[in-house]
This record gives sequence, structure tokens and C-alpha cells, in this order.
Amino acid sequence: MAKITLDNLAHSYLPNPGGEDDYALKELNHVWGDGEAYALLGASGCGKSTLLNIISGLLRPSRGRILFNDQDVTGQVTAERNIAQVFQFPVVYDTMSVRDNLAFPLRNRGAKPAYVAERVQTIAKMIGMEAELGRKARGLTADAKQKISLGRGMVREDVNALLFDEPLTVIDPHMKWELRTQLKALHHEFGHTMIYVTHDQTEALTFADKVVVMHDGRVVQVGTPEELFERPEHTFVGYFIGSPGMNLLDARVEGETAIVGGAEIPLGADYGRPGGRVQIGVRPEFVAMAEGQNGLGVRLRRVEDVGRHKIIRCDFEGQAVNAIAPEGAEVPADMNRVVFEPGAVNVYSDDWRVAPKSKTEEAA
Amino acid sequence: MEKTVNQKAWFLVLPVLILVAFSAVIPLMTVVNYSIQDAFAGEFYPLDDKLMWFRELLEDDRMWNALRRQAIFSATILAIEIPLGVFVALHMPKRGVWASVCLVLMSLPLLIPWNVVGTIWQIFGRVDIGLLGYTLDAVGIDYNYTQDALDAWVTLIVMDVWHWTSLVALLAYAGLQSIPDAYYQAAKIDQASRWAVFRYIELPKMMGVLMIAILLRFMDSFMIYTEPFVVTGGGPGNATTFLSIDLVKMALGQFDLGPAAAFSIMYFLVILLISWVFYTVMVNLDKREGK
Repeated sequence: MAKITLDNLAHSYLPNPGGEDDYALKELNHVWGDGEAYALLGASGCGKSTLLNIISGLLRPSRGRILFNDQDVTGQVTAERNIAQVFQFPVVYDTMSVRDNLAFPLRNRGAKPAYVAERVQTIAKMIGMEAELGRKARGLTADAKQKISLGRGMVREDVNALLFDEPLTVIDPHMKWELRTQLKALHHEFGHTMIYVTHDQTEALTFADKVVVMHDGRVVQVGTPEELFERPEHTFVGYFIGSPGMNLLDARVEGETAIVGGAEIPLGADYGRPGGRVQIGVRPEFVAMAEGQNGLGVRLRRVEDVGRHKIIRCDFEGQAVNAIAPEGAEVPADMNRVVFEPGAVNVYSDDWRVAPKSKTEEAA
Repeated sequence: MEKTVNQKAWFLVLPVLILVAFSAVIPLMTVVNYSIQDAFAGEFYPLDDKLMWFRELLEDDRMWNALRRQAIFSATILAIEIPLGVFVALHMPKRGVWASVCLVLMSLPLLIPWNVVGTIWQIFGRVDIGLLGYTLDAVGIDYNYTQDALDAWVTLIVMDVWHWTSLVALLAYAGLQSIPDAYYQAAKIDQASRWAVFRYIELPKMMGVLMIAILLRFMDSFMIYTEPFVVTGGGPGNATTFLSIDLVKMALGQFDLGPAAAFSIMYFLVILLISWVFYTVMVNLDKREGK
């Protein structure tokens, strides 16, 4: 178990990277706390796997350093780092039995046979494959193979970190939930530093204490699920997390009001006069139907009943505005105005969140 | 839906049947026919004892010696070419310009016709004008493939290795290329040694193509004729007289068509039998999963 520090890390797959666009992973400073469970969330191709492979030593970063517990390991090969990593697609050693597969990482480290047998038994129970221990790994189903891969990742107790690269992609939904629970239990029990890469927000939010959101080779926000929900630091976080994602509207902000297409919207805090491309963002959960001349005039497009609630999809001058109404709510066909809850409106300048003035003063 | 029955489609198979008949069935049956008759001065006489040639063959030391030499030759070249080919494949560059350069260089020996290979080594090994023979003699090694049985054997084996290791290497290389990177990455994570990576990842993934390589090399080497015929002509003495050389001597040299036909059939059956064993092993290797 270790604290993992990324110091000025950047990586490009090109031999001579020029501008910033050439970098798959843009300059990054981050500390993964010892014994914490992180989810690394982002769209496909945003650099998540690159980052993971750099931590495990499969890739050597173009720039920067990696420290495990303040010891520089940038030059160390994977084996020396003693790290466990599970990949998206199952990797099993076909000619070995399930038991030998699980024992492989331990035997490579020269563990005692009695200890190996005990660990293999524990892990087999965890992944529910005790009955299959004696059979050959060849010819097992994809999800059984992936369970073995997961088991191989968890079999060593002394690893510095456990890295999961979208490990549950090939597992069926029921087993997915169960394995995720097992991983959480494992984390509680042994307190490994865990990094779990996924593009599935539910997976990320249920697994981790802290979620790291990546976008376009950059970490855009690190926070608890609540923080990501209430205060997305970047518009990407806003629309990537949540279903549907955050409503974003081009606006002009003057102090405590935002002007959107002529309508004034109270913000609940003073934001000054931010420059650049200004947008306001509000989650559908904080959008309500309004009557009379209140709020923003919109055009109702359709209502989706998803069971627990209704999603009201509207349109404001070509920009989508979604609202969430409780299951029993009546949505009149001529509904044409919405209001935003003032405290829940965030202001963005060039995609990055602008902190309200009063709050910054409080913090200072 | 109602199905219409039209057996005329069988006629479409006819061209293939005719082709196979002329290329395989008729020549084979001719040989079978010869094997139970006695040929003398262009005439054939039926044998009283139909299996006489076969019986004689089984008691013939000459055939057994040729078969023994043949088995030793095939076993030796397999024992050298398979590990060497795998070794070469493991050390070839995986991608880039050099990978292509290597592939081209490796395929060159495979493109040379058999008798040319024989001629090359026949000249190469000569002590008077051949680079190899002359050099060996000059540094004091007593080498002469035309007089020394061991030298003749070594020359033939080295020649076969030179000619055919590329085939094994190329097949093994193809097998290696099909292994996804994730396997090597997982092995690094699991802290596997180089040997463990070879034993548990590379070798299992190469097994299929290696079986094909072994089968091809076995069949080819078991039927080898042209190269030893050109280089040693089966000599010195009978030292390098392999089955097919012996067969040709019998059939065309002595014109013993009956015994030669019996010889051919036995030769054919032996190859068929061993290939069948290989095939069965290969198929079972694929099926042997679970339990």
C-alpha cells in the first residue's frame, strides 16, 4: 500500500511531441492518497488507460516523475513496482488450471506453498469459483476468465496499489454488482490504494470514495460524488455525470444575475463579470416548471416517464433544457416556462467554473 | 416451404472427380497393380503369391536400413529446426522496417528450387573449389563429404536446416504476432520471469502453428530426394541413401517395377500413418479443454 504521487506527469505517444494537442496525457500533478479508493471516470479515449499504464510502469511517461511513498519509481519496471492491474479483456494462462492461474503471481514472488494454497482458496471463494479450481482455464466463458483475471489481481496482499481498467465490461450485470461489492469489501478489509477506471458513472459513483474525472487528457475534477453532482468544476463533468446531464445555456453574467436571451435569472451569489465564453449550468433536478411570467420561456418537446421520475425535455432557442419532475407531477401540454433554483446555478467561463465572490471571501 | 429435389447438381462435382481420378486415383491404382505382378522385358506376369513383393520387402535389410536412415534424418532435422525456428522468431523485430527486412531475408531460402539448393551445397562443400570445404580443409579439419559418411550426413543436415528453418521461424513468428499485448502486460504485472512468459503465454499460443510446422517438415524431410541426390547421390556407399533415393534406384536403376511398387505403397502408408497420428494429436490438443 502506498501513496502515489504524480509529479508534472505528461505523456505523448509521438516520439517528438510538439504542441499540447500531441499529448495523450497533459501535464498532471496529483496525489493518490494511501489506502483510498478512487474511480477514474471519463469518456473513451480521454487518457484514462494511459494514466493507469504509466502508474503500473507498462508505459514510461514522456515527462515527469511517479513516486510511491515519496520514492521515485519512474525508472522502475513493472515487476519492481509490485502493483496489481486488471485489464478490460480477460487474460488467463490457458494451459494452467484455474488454481495455478490464481497462484501464479504469488509463486512468481516465491511465496510458501501453504500460504499460496490458503490465499487461492480465499480468492476462489470471493470470485465464486471454488468448484472450478481444478479445471483448465482454457475454454471457460469470458466472464469466468475475467473473474480469474480479477482474482489474480487481488491474490497478493502486499501490492502497492490495485488498478482496474474497466474490469467489468464483459461481466453480466448481476455478477457485475456482486463483484463490485466484493471489491469494496476487499478495500474495507485491506485498505489497498485502488484506482478503478470506468466510463460508467454509476460504477464510478458507487465504487469510490473519490471520483477523478478526466477529459481530453486532463484531470478536470477530483471530488466526492456529491461535489461532482453539485459543483462540477468543468462543463464536461456537468454533462457527463447525471442523467440527463447538466443544462448549459450561453449567458451574460452581471453580479448576481445572469441574462439568458433577454430573461434575467437570479444566481444567488455575486459572480462579478466573468469574461470569455460564459455559460450557466443547472442540473435538471433543480429545474422546475413555472407559470405566468416567471423564469425562462421554453418550448416543451417531450416528456419521458422513467419510472422514478419524469424527464421534461424542453428547448430554449435551440439549446436543450431538461427538467426532472416527480413521478406524480402533471405536465400540462402548454407548459412553457421553467425556473432554476438560485443556489444550484453554476457559472462557467470557457468551460471552467467561476467561483462566486462571497464564497471565495469566506474561504479566504 | 416445399423443397424441390434435383439430383442433377451431382454433375457439378464431375469435373473435380475426373481431375482427382487422373491426378491421384489412376496413378495410385497403377502402382497397386504393379505391386502384385512381375514385370519382365516389358511384359507383366501375375504372381502366384499375390503378396510376394510385400513379404520380400519386409525381410529386406536394404529397405529397413533406408527406413532407419530416413527416421534418423527426419528426427535430427526436426530436433534442430523446430527449436531454432522458434528461437529465431522470438528474436525477430515485432514491427517497423526491420520486421519487413527480416521477413524478406527469411523467405529467400524458401524460394530456391530444391535441385538448386543441392547444387549450391554440392559446390559449397567441395574441398577443391567450394568455399566451405576449402576453408575447413585449410584450417585443418578433415572434411570430405564424398568420402566420409559423417561429413556427408552433417552436410545434408546443415543444408536442410539452412533451407527450411525459415519456414518454421515464419510460422512461429505468425503465431507470436497473434498474441495480444495485454498478455505480456499481465505477465509483467504478475511478475512472471522470461521463461514463464515463454512457457505459459508464447508456447501455448504457438502450439497450433508449431504442430503444422512439425507436420510439414516431417513430411517434406521424410520424402526428401532431390537435395541428397544432387549432393551425395546417396553415398558414400549407402550412407545417405534415404527411402526415396533407394526407391528410385530400385524402380529406375534396376527396373524392378513390382518390388518398387510394393515399396511405394508401404512408403505411402507409413507417411499416411504418421501424418494421421500428428493430425489426431493436433485436433485433440485443441479439444483438450476443461477437466
